[in-house]
Amino acid sequence: MSRSGVQISVQDLTHRYSSRGPVTFDQVNLESKPGEVLAIIGRSGCGKSTLLHIMAGLLAPTSGSIRLNNIEVKEPSPKWVMMFQAPHLFPWMQVSQNVGIGLKFANFAEDKIRERVEKTIKLVDLEEFAESNVQDLSGGQQQRVALARSLVMEPEMLLLDEPFSALDAFTRASLQKDVRSIAKSMGINLVIVTHSIDEAVLMADRAVIMAGSPGKIKEEIMVELPEERTAQDPEVQKIRGHLMETFRQASTATH
Amino acid sequence: MAAEISTAQTSSAAVDVIVMVLRRLFFSAVGLGILFALWWFGGWLLESNPATMSFADFGPFPTIDAVPYMVQSGTLLDASQASGYRLGIGLLLAIVTGIPVGILMGRSKVFRKLSNTPFQFLRMVSPLSWEPIAVIAMPTWDQAIIFLISMAAVWPVAFATAAGLAKLDRAWFKVARNLGASWWDILKEIILPAIAFDVMTGIRLALGVAWIVIVPAEFLGITSGLGYTIQDSRENLMYGDLAVTILAIGIIGFLMDGICLALIKRFSWHRN
Ligand SMILES: Nc1ncnc2c1ncn2[C@@H]1O[C@H](COP(=O)(O)OP(=O)(O)O)[C@@H](O)[C@H]1O
Ligand SMILES: [Mg+2]
Repeated sequence: MSRSGVQISVQDLTHRYSSRGPVTFDQVNLESKPGEVLAIIGRSGCGKSTLLHIMAGLLAPTSGSIRLNNIEVKEPSPKWVMMFQAPHLFPWMQVSQNVGIGLKFANFAEDKIRERVEKTIKLVDLEEFAESNVQDLSGGQQQRVALARSLVMEPEMLLLDEPFSALDAFTRASLQKDVRSIAKSMGINLVIVTHSIDEAVLMADRAVIMAGSPGKIKEEIMVELPEERTAQDPEVQKIRGHLMETFRQASTATH
Repeated sequence: MAAEISTAQTSSAAVDVIVMVLRRLFFSAVGLGILFALWWFGGWLLESNPATMSFADFGPFPTIDAVPYMVQSGTLLDASQASGYRLGIGLLLAIVTGIPVGILMGRSKVFRKLSNTPFQFLRMVSPLSWEPIAVIAMPTWDQAIIFLISMAAVWPVAFATAAGLAKLDRAWFKVARNLGASWWDILKEIILPAIAFDVMTGIRLALGVAWIVIVPAEFLGITSGLGYTIQDSRENLMYGDLAVTILAIGIIGFLMDGICLALIKRFSWHRN
């Protein structure tokens, strides 16, 4: 299976949690090309998680719309899957059962589930833990299980809400690299929300900055770097500096 | 090399388990031995005091002598079956009402707030105090006893179910919906396995209270069951039979509790 991803278009998205409450974000417009890795950077509280929940169909927007190749996202679907800060695995299931649960929901045949689960577990490098209790795994391994649980559905778009922020630096670095390369090889659009500029530079093709209250998309920066990226690379450093400066300007402008 | 180490580890783990089981058995046996000694001592006290001599059959050896009669005559089996039937129905009713009530308590804030005080109040009323009301309200004594058992057993089930629901990670629902779960999938694959341990813990507590309540509940109005057998033996001054019945109540209760414990273990996914 090799696809090329979908065109994501977010149009005039506005959200408030209650009719009299504050506007979480206002008139957000975003486009993302098929197969692109898009990073959304912003301070905490600017509405990034809310935006991702709406993009996943888990929350309804107040106005505006999200389309994937002209199909509107209106409810949750295995075609657009979200990953959270914490893995939220099902602790009564072993690794392979966690990974296969979505296929079970979709009434796949037993052997089809086994085949896809096995393949996906291999993809995230957890073969030797397939039968393990998820509670025996490290934080990074658990997040890999959560990743596999999403990937097994072969989604068109994977939404990541600061998924590595609870991990140590080494684990984070290897996951950042693996998630990007897996998404590229499977032709999945990635939208990753982060407050880490480093993460954006290491993972994204393009980064947008969200700032203000209500939040708005302020700036957009192309991250044109080769696939092999390390934090020490001068090219990486250069874009990082640029992003840092833009971020600082965007966020001070509103205060 | 790695394989060798892991085999060595498994076999030493197996040894550890065996040692642990033996140790536990040893302590159980010694504990039971002490209990038996106290029983024997109590019997000896009864026997050696002229005022209590007629109760000497409560002692261990007269009791053991009474076992063959109680078993062969079918008295013990009939009584256990009658009590077991009432317990089973009463517990079943408690489970089928307790779980939905617990789910309501766990899921609906309004219901929880509304029900908390009355439930805590009702829970503190000894189930046996309902007996006069149960006898009037129910057409038969049998049903009255079943009602009492249900009244005793419903609270632990309901409260444990609610407590289990309160511990659920709300993000599990989000993840499940995200992966395309239907309402039914969420109930079957997420909620039930997640709370099975708590519900089973509640059922174990319920069984404990129900088993305690059933004996005094059977003292009145009926002519079958372990409670009745105790009452009947007492009236006929058959203290050996009475002691055998007590022994049977203890053993059956112990076995049922053991089954519950095994089920709890089976459903437990918690790590401490
Ligand atoms: N369930 C909710 N109800 C009401 N307000 C919320 C809720 N979740 C988040 N908010 C508010 O919305 C704003 C954006 O939150 P969030 O999307 O979590 O931001 P971020 O992910 O960027 O930190 C914050 O001011 C937050 O307090
Ligand atoms: Mg957030």
